[in-house]
Amino acid sequence: MRAYLEARPRPSRLAVWLAPLFAAVATIVVGFVVFSALGRNPFAALHAFFVEPIATRYGVAEWLLKASPLMLIGTGLALAYRANVWNIGAEGQLTLGAIAGGGVALAIGDAWPSFVLLPMMFIAGALAGMAWAAIPAWLRTRFNANEILTSLMLVYVASLLLSWLVHVPWRDPEGFNFPQSKMFDANAMLPILLPETRLNASFLIALAIVALAWLFVRRHVVGFEMRVAGLAPSAADYAGISLRRTVWFAMLAGGACAGLAGVGEAAGPIGQLLPSMSPGYGFAAIIVAFVGRLHPGGIALASLLLSLLYLGGESAQVHLGLPSAVTGLFEGTLLFFLLAADVLVNYRPRIARAAVAT
Amino acid sequence: MNEVAQIVVLTLAAGTPLVFAALGELVVEKSGVLNLGVEGMMLVGAVASFIVAARTHSPWLGVSAGALAAAALSLVFAVLALSLRANQVATGLALSLFGVGLSAFVGRPYMSVVIEGMKPLAIPGVSDLPGVGKLVFAHSPLVYASIALFVLVHLFLYRTRAGLVLRAVGESPQSAHAIGYDVIGIRYAAVLFGGACAGLGGAFLAVAYTPSWVEGMTAGRGWIALALVVFATWKPWRVMVGAYLFGSVTLAQFQAQAAGVEVSSQWLAMLPYVATIVVLAIISRDATMIRLNAPASLGRPWHPAG
Amino acid sequence: MAPSPHDTSGAARLPRLSLRGITKHYPGVAANDHVDLDVYPGEIHAVLGENGAGKSTLMKVIDGLVIPDEGTMRWEGEPVDFASPAKAHKRGIAMVFQHFSLFETLTVADNIRVALDAAHARRLAARIRDVSARYAMPLDPARYVHTMSVGERQRVEIVRCLLQAPKLLILDEPTSVLTPAAIDALFAMLRTLAADGVSILYISHKLDEIRTLCDRATVLRDGRVTGQCDPRVETTASLARMMIGGDLPHPVHRAAHAGRAALVVDALDVPASDPFGIALRDVSLAVRTGEIVGIAGVSGNGQKELLAALSGERTVERSEAITLAGEPAGHLGPRARRVLGLAFIPEERLGRGAVPEMSLAENTLLTMRAPPLVVHGLVRASRVGSRTEQTIERFGVKARGPGDAAQSLSGGNLQKFIVGREIEREPLVLIAAQPTWGVDVGAAAQIRQTLLDLRERGVAVLVVSEDLDELLEISDRLAVIANGQLSPAKPIRETSAEEIGQLMAGTGTREPQQAAAALVP
Repeated sequence: MRAYLEARPRPSRLAVWLAPLFAAVATIVVGFVVFSALGRNPFAALHAFFVEPIATRYGVAEWLLKASPLMLIGTGLALAYRANVWNIGAEGQLTLGAIAGGGVALAIGDAWPSFVLLPMMFIAGALAGMAWAAIPAWLRTRFNANEILTSLMLVYVASLLLSWLVHVPWRDPEGFNFPQSKMFDANAMLPILLPETRLNASFLIALAIVALAWLFVRRHVVGFEMRVAGLAPSAADYAGISLRRTVWFAMLAGGACAGLAGVGEAAGPIGQLLPSMSPGYGFAAIIVAFVGRLHPGGIALASLLLSLLYLGGESAQVHLGLPSAVTGLFEGTLLFFLLAADVLVNYRPRIARAAVAT
Repeated sequence: MNEVAQIVVLTLAAGTPLVFAALGELVVEKSGVLNLGVEGMMLVGAVASFIVAARTHSPWLGVSAGALAAAALSLVFAVLALSLRANQVATGLALSLFGVGLSAFVGRPYMSVVIEGMKPLAIPGVSDLPGVGKLVFAHSPLVYASIALFVLVHLFLYRTRAGLVLRAVGESPQSAHAIGYDVIGIRYAAVLFGGACAGLGGAFLAVAYTPSWVEGMTAGRGWIALALVVFATWKPWRVMVGAYLFGSVTLAQFQAQAAGVEVSSQWLAMLPYVATIVVLAIISRDATMIRLNAPASLGRPWHPAG
Repeated sequence: MAPSPHDTSGAARLPRLSLRGITKHYPGVAANDHVDLDVYPGEIHAVLGENGAGKSTLMKVIDGLVIPDEGTMRWEGEPVDFASPAKAHKRGIAMVFQHFSLFETLTVADNIRVALDAAHARRLAARIRDVSARYAMPLDPARYVHTMSVGERQRVEIVRCLLQAPKLLILDEPTSVLTPAAIDALFAMLRTLAADGVSILYISHKLDEIRTLCDRATVLRDGRVTGQCDPRVETTASLARMMIGGDLPHPVHRAAHAGRAALVVDALDVPASDPFGIALRDVSLAVRTGEIVGIAGVSGNGQKELLAALSGERTVERSEAITLAGEPAGHLGPRARRVLGLAFIPEERLGRGAVPEMSLAENTLLTMRAPPLVVHGLVRASRVGSRTEQTIERFGVKARGPGDAAQSLSGGNLQKFIVGREIEREPLVLIAAQPTWGVDVGAAAQIRQTLLDLRERGVAVLVVSEDLDELLEISDRLAVIANGQLSPAKPIRETSAEEIGQLMAGTGTREPQQAAAALVP
């Protein structure tokens, strides 16, 4: 008897969509075990983690609010990952977006009306995110440097740049010496969608980008070309699809989305520039992209799941006295289970009958 | 003279976490596997070593625990990427994300704990010799261990039959399989070794270098170690050169501040990251050299048919 | 049926290897279906069958690379299990692979050392020289494999097997990488080995070779044994009937009239693109409408580089070096060359000619991203689907429909699809690389006929192939590529197999060809 994996003649579509469900359930089971091991009532803990945060209208609004940047960035990253371009520096591109958008808000303030200022902020943020992503794109296409490492290094550089800005030139003189900028003027703040919540217009922007990306990957020939480049680079060469252009497009799309998300955070729930503009959305969005199967629709759903993990972490801190870092633990576990389950997309497990001489 | 000795001691110490992590990853990559989880494994090694050292008051037990914990994490990578055939890049990223989360979670209660770190080697009389004494005999024991590791890795790769087999597996797993080697088993061993080395790097930071536990204290050293392997064109001696160069760049910010240079600390702190990017670009532009030195199967999934 | 081990030949002639009822299923196919095989000491035993008949699977079973679903194996009379390559090697089984199992960045000596157990690996350099002298296969132990030609690499692989002192040597299609002279030398060496008592399993689909070399033949078709014979007393036609269950199809080759030159290559120089590559030097060639020009040559002599330069996957420095339909095209990429009327069928079907994971419809888009299939950047899915259905129907591709993934098709069917897809584009110039490599006989004949039909319709056709028989069958003119240089294309009638063989060996770099038997003490 010998267990082995047999290649499927074609990938299983069922497994593609069941794998994330399996991963989510398995992660909850792990949570059950972890909470029990920590001496908490696991049912109460899971309730506090996954149900309590979204039991109120305000909670649902927070859920959608935190899902917005994840959805935006995840969609952008998925375009790149489909093309086998590994942008993992979205956190830095988000930071640059926040810097640029915030910079516009701070510089212009209430001199311009909101309907001019906000679009300007988003354009500035998208351009800054693209510029930051253009560095790894250029290094990859010009010097063949690995974009994984360069885009990640730039996350650290971006965060240090932001830190310097809020410590030195943009520090609020009336901020009791805290490293933070002035609060933005009201006309630089995104309109609230649901009264008495923090849910703002960035959620609509995220939905629009998801719809646009869906159309792009389903119908547009460049979406097709990028997928060819990702699946079979030799076939792309053969077809006359430029790998160089694919890298540029993939990196810039991801940078633009992350930049928009950065403006959304700055002009949304935060309202000023702080040394850190994101609790790791740029990295969590990598998981969103995979759990969402690199498909815009799936990413919209996956961003809700990961957003719930963020809320659950905060809730666990309040109600269970656990560090909110438990969020990161669950995120990693989710991705592990997803990768493990993905083996069933292309293989099925088989048991060989004994073929041994008598 | 004493200042020179001081700088040498500091540079070696700053480079040592990179030496451990990069030598380990070099062996992994020589077997044809790309494990991007170095940062996560270093953090898990750091937190595990710190917790055990704090509880047992033994830095050595701590270091062992760090190596074991990181090797255990690398086992997860091996199962996913080698047995379950998951994408190596995605699995490595998952490992890093998970390691960041896990270490932050279990390390939270130890954030402000103070431990007695590993003491530098002190041979009475010898270490106090003027000049040479401090230069040669006053480092942390782990610094000597990292140099011994370099010698062992070099001898293993180029002087032993097992090293030849490892290089062969990285060059062409299908050929190695065809002539009778257990490719997956050999790759498992390499990945576990790499994990243990990354753990040692993290443990050095937590129980010898600082000694303390701070969330995300590796500050990207795992990623820099990955870049170092490319910079070294997969040669152990160049890993050493690179690690100490980067160590000195890390030190530059403190030296500059001490010297009263009027630059904000943030700009100086960017130096190692910017240097990594620049060095990576310079090395990678020579595609021929990369092709001749990189293991040919690096990062490409392979599994036996049937 | 195969004779049982206790046949009339008597117990004295115990088979060295005896397989019974070997069965191996892959999804959708039985690669081996109750195969029996006996191999005796000192015999050269052919395993004959066309591509996909199950020869390679059977050999991998013997070598421990594939574990069968059913069946038993005896080695020198003893029942043994199907273990691993390592155990097979301990028994004395050695295999020379069709695609070599060598390590390019290691030296010859290291390549051999890594394959031998520690006991065999002592005094290695001297023993390499001994064995290579004994069997007339000169080798320098210190050379790096990536600097060697394909023929030299095969020598490394064979010497490596011989140093393991094998009792059974398996060779999988060994002549496909050799020049005619080198083939003679190889055969002489194999006869010497057999005379020393080594059993040899020789896998091939080339009937003439088997008739010259082998003592006995087992014929496979669709995974089953369809015959056992003495190939020396069979004719090529009778072997072919056993192999394909019918007569070898022959394409109809009518006279045609060549027109104007549609593809002209003029003094093309291309530097090697990677350290293991070949540089093209002063290559000139003209392909006229209504003719087929063939390019013969041993693989690794610059075919890959020439095809990349012609298809536009690699642009060349001087635009006038390549002219397509009268336009200088050297600077143009693949898309622009397609607009000028070029179609290209690459050697690698999966991963280059087609994206394995994508559907046939998406693979139609691969070389046709223009109206009417793509309008204003948007893909018209229904038009792509109907065009794909049309290709499937016209070229007899066995597929359920345009939604089938390219990787789910057999090699022959996928090649028919790719050929069909390119022809549907109605090209002026068609370049085909190894158009029938790894394709079953029926599909190969159909593809050759398609190429001949195109030629009659006035298309300029260039075929680059390592199968000399195929080129002699369909080409009007033939050139030979060796070491990055191309000989002038000559009309088929004005050339001979001997002359082509010499050109393939490359002037001045001819392989040593003394009869190895003369060196045996």
